[in-house]
Amino acid sequence: MSTDFFILMKSELSLTLIIFILLILKVWDGIKDNTTWLHIVNFLLLLNFALGFILNSDGMLFNGMFHTNNIIFLEKSILNLGTLIISLQAFDWLKTHKHVPEFFILLLTTLLGMFFMISSGNFLMFYLGLELASIPLAALANFDLEKIKSSEAAVKMILLSAFSSCIMLFGISLLYGSTGTLNFADLSSQIANGNLQILSLIFVFVGFAFKLSSVPFHLWTADVYEGSPVSVTSYLSVISKAAIVFVFISVLGPLFLNFKGMWYNMLFLSIILTITVGNLFAIRQDNIKRFLAFSSIAQAGYILLGLSAGNQMGSTATIYFLLVYVFSNLGAFGVIGIVSAYAQKENISDYKGFYKNNKMLSWILTISLFSLAGIPPTAGFFGKMFLVTAGASHGNNILVIIASLNMVVSLYYYLRVVKAIFVDPNDAPIAKLDSSFSSKLGLLICMAGVVLTGFASCIYDYINSLTF
Amino acid sequence: MTNLTLLIIVPLLTAIAVLSCSKSAQVKWVSFIGSIIQLVLASATLAAYISERAFGNSAQMLFQQRYSWFKALNIEYFIGIDGISIVMIMLTACVVVAGILISWRVETLTKEFFFLLLLLSVGAYGFFISLDLFTMFFFLEIAVIPKFLLIAIWGSGKKEYSAMKLALMLMGGSVFVLIGLLGTYFSTDVGNGVHTWDLIQISHLHIPLQTQMYIFPFLFVGFGVFTALFPFHTWVPDGHSSAPTAASMFLAGISMKLGGYGALRVAMYLMPEAAKEYSWLIVLLATIAIIYGAFATLMQKDLKYMNAYSSVSHCGFILLGIGMLTKTAIIGAVMQMVSHGVMTALFFGAIGMIYERTHTRQINELGGLLKTLPFIGTVYIITGLCSLGLPGLSGFVAEMTVFVGSWERPDAFHRIATILAAASIVVTAVYILRAAGKAVMGPIVNEHYHHLKDATWNEKIASVLLIVAILAIGIAPFWLYNLIAPDAQIIMDNIAGVVK
Repeated sequence: MSTDFFILMKSELSLTLIIFILLILKVWDGIKDNTTWLHIVNFLLLLNFALGFILNSDGMLFNGMFHTNNIIFLEKSILNLGTLIISLQAFDWLKTHKHVPEFFILLLTTLLGMFFMISSGNFLMFYLGLELASIPLAALANFDLEKIKSSEAAVKMILLSAFSSCIMLFGISLLYGSTGTLNFADLSSQIANGNLQILSLIFVFVGFAFKLSSVPFHLWTADVYEGSPVSVTSYLSVISKAAIVFVFISVLGPLFLNFKGMWYNMLFLSIILTITVGNLFAIRQDNIKRFLAFSSIAQAGYILLGLSAGNQMGSTATIYFLLVYVFSNLGAFGVIGIVSAYAQKENISDYKGFYKNNKMLSWILTISLFSLAGIPPTAGFFGKMFLVTAGASHGNNILVIIASLNMVVSLYYYLRVVKAIFVDPNDAPIAKLDSSFSSKLGLLICMAGVVLTGFASCIYDYINSLTF
Repeated sequence: MTNLTLLIIVPLLTAIAVLSCSKSAQVKWVSFIGSIIQLVLASATLAAYISERAFGNSAQMLFQQRYSWFKALNIEYFIGIDGISIVMIMLTACVVVAGILISWRVETLTKEFFFLLLLLSVGAYGFFISLDLFTMFFFLEIAVIPKFLLIAIWGSGKKEYSAMKLALMLMGGSVFVLIGLLGTYFSTDVGNGVHTWDLIQISHLHIPLQTQMYIFPFLFVGFGVFTALFPFHTWVPDGHSSAPTAASMFLAGISMKLGGYGALRVAMYLMPEAAKEYSWLIVLLATIAIIYGAFATLMQKDLKYMNAYSSVSHCGFILLGIGMLTKTAIIGAVMQMVSHGVMTALFFGAIGMIYERTHTRQINELGGLLKTLPFIGTVYIITGLCSLGLPGLSGFVAEMTVFVGSWERPDAFHRIATILAAASIVVTAVYILRAAGKAVMGPIVNEHYHHLKDATWNEKIASVLLIVAILAIGIAPFWLYNLIAPDAQIIMDNIAGVVK
């Protein structure tokens, strides 16, 4: 075991280290104050994020079970950044909670699972990572212990994620049966588009579609998002989703491309359904978390659109979009988290007249929503533009037209929230909320990201220099 | 050397400065000074442009700046102006100054109001100077959302419905433009499978007719939505009538011109063959818009609705000129854009001033305004006369040029369209004179009107500025004509090169 081991697995090792530090501190029982806990965690996560920028190199470990390269390091850094922001924003919610270290231990365990998934070179490793990422999430969804809705969300989540894992596992076993290997590198040359293999592709994809909540496997999303605490919801909708997409880009995408037409047609159908259904359902929601759940389903459709390009432009656009998505979605969730923590309100109708007392928060929410809708000058505009451009590079006009026209529908429901904030009269608008420094910092990072990521083309160029 | 980027930076900095102000008076003065700097800058650019041309600089686009933006997708920040863009920039600058002065009475959320107005002007300037299709689209979209907020927050009447309708329809338009632009982008090839967004470069590439036939409708309809192309004009009456005065002025004066400019610069210029094929349809729709708009105006009882419908009719002249495919008609279309921009801005300004004092816009509740509000009444009459095409004012020049250009097409279809369009002027005269006669002249119908105060200094400056523009175009149209003509010729050459 050489230094290679430590360098290539640095992201995983540092996360494991943080988990152990938290465990030891918890057992030691010396820290009584939630605020101290949160500061320690945030500091550790910051170090963890910074570590992602040094000593990046390509390589493989454990006979190809684990592999990594610069693009994978970048993907992990994006996830680390998102987790850091979520941890900052969770401050207001967790400072009165009884189980602070447990929350982060569970959270970081799922993150660790995602890292293994992204770096996997073998279906076994991949499945291990997937389960490590899924099971603690159910516990997290139930973290508001006294709320019945939270428990419902957790049960729903664990059942459905077990169900989807089963389907995927069945697909993997069929693939193994027909090729005799689970190694991605070997599989690529073995895929021959036979019926059995297409069946296995479908099963594996269905498993993924569950995790990515793409239509028609999206039905768990809204209930789980609504029941979970805001921080967990934001984790589910941003980090989990991004991780699954990164797996597509770095691990499975190249493999599935061997199915060519079959793979594209599946994506085609899935994209159209996901975008359209997500958008249409989002129009009818009043609970803002459900609303964002459906909007994130629609966003997942756009992400798939980028993936469907199957070329460098597609991978770059998708990673770039996810970076932007981290900022814009967490910006929105940050505000919602503050409102939920202090005013206990989670409905769009509660946001009527929000601008009256909370000017800054209103603008942040508005800009985040505009970024999600793809309105310039926010980064979301560029993200969505590049996804659509990448999707168009495949030359499928119908797909591009449907995806683009859906942008109008999505604008409608985002504007509905904006209208509630700025225009709708309300006799008793939400009072002025004073959030902690930590949440403000989290929102500041999001806003800086939303404004700057678009104009700073060097970020896009940098991602493009890594993808292939 | 003129730096065009300043045209974007100045309003942007003004907008940021506005945000840091605390008192509403400060906000107004900062915006006013910022808009004056814009006007000075635009005039300086115009002067520099004219002198460059006078010294024989025959480059197609002057004052170019070019920086790579997103290398991987070949997106550039590429700007430059020709005669058509410079007049649009002047128009924008004038309307911005007037709009800001007219809004002096806004007291609710003042800071946000002026911020959004300035943001809108950033979008407009950026759009007119862009030569890169992506950058152009970026600025086009910037100009959409501020309108939603302006109407929804500060508007009147059924403002929420109107704001949403406007935002969605314009977004729909820009999505069409987006699809068209993507189609254009992927059908260009500048070697090694690299595509380009560069407008000038694309105009020299030969995109196959079949591709053009697919792309052109998207581009033209997309931009057409902005400029009230029939049957996508329905946002115009609602949007204008619900908008606060300054927003109406921006909407009619600048925003609708984005569409006309885009249709000419992008759709016609890049897809000349398809333009030729589809021109009959454009002429047909434009003629319908002109006549339908005129008759719809006839039925309105609300001054703002009246002006909004007449905008549909007048913007029809822009599309008619574009669709005729003759050099004179295209020059006429650009002149109509400028003329209509200035004239409608003034019209909405006058209506806003009347409404603020009388709190009604219903024609039958108004009367005798000329006696109590001599200045505002006069302004209303001047714009009215301009609208119905009185010689000596800008409307006459622009519409006349369109008709002359249209008459150059000798076949029956184009002749009939021209005759019908020209006949609509009679209808225009009816509704303008009727409204002016009832509301402005006539007896004073309400006792309360005796105590009204006439225009304040800011309103006077705004009105005079726009009246000067109307007169300048109307009395000495040749300078405008000469500015536009060479560039209209370039667009025509592109089309004629194909037609032959």
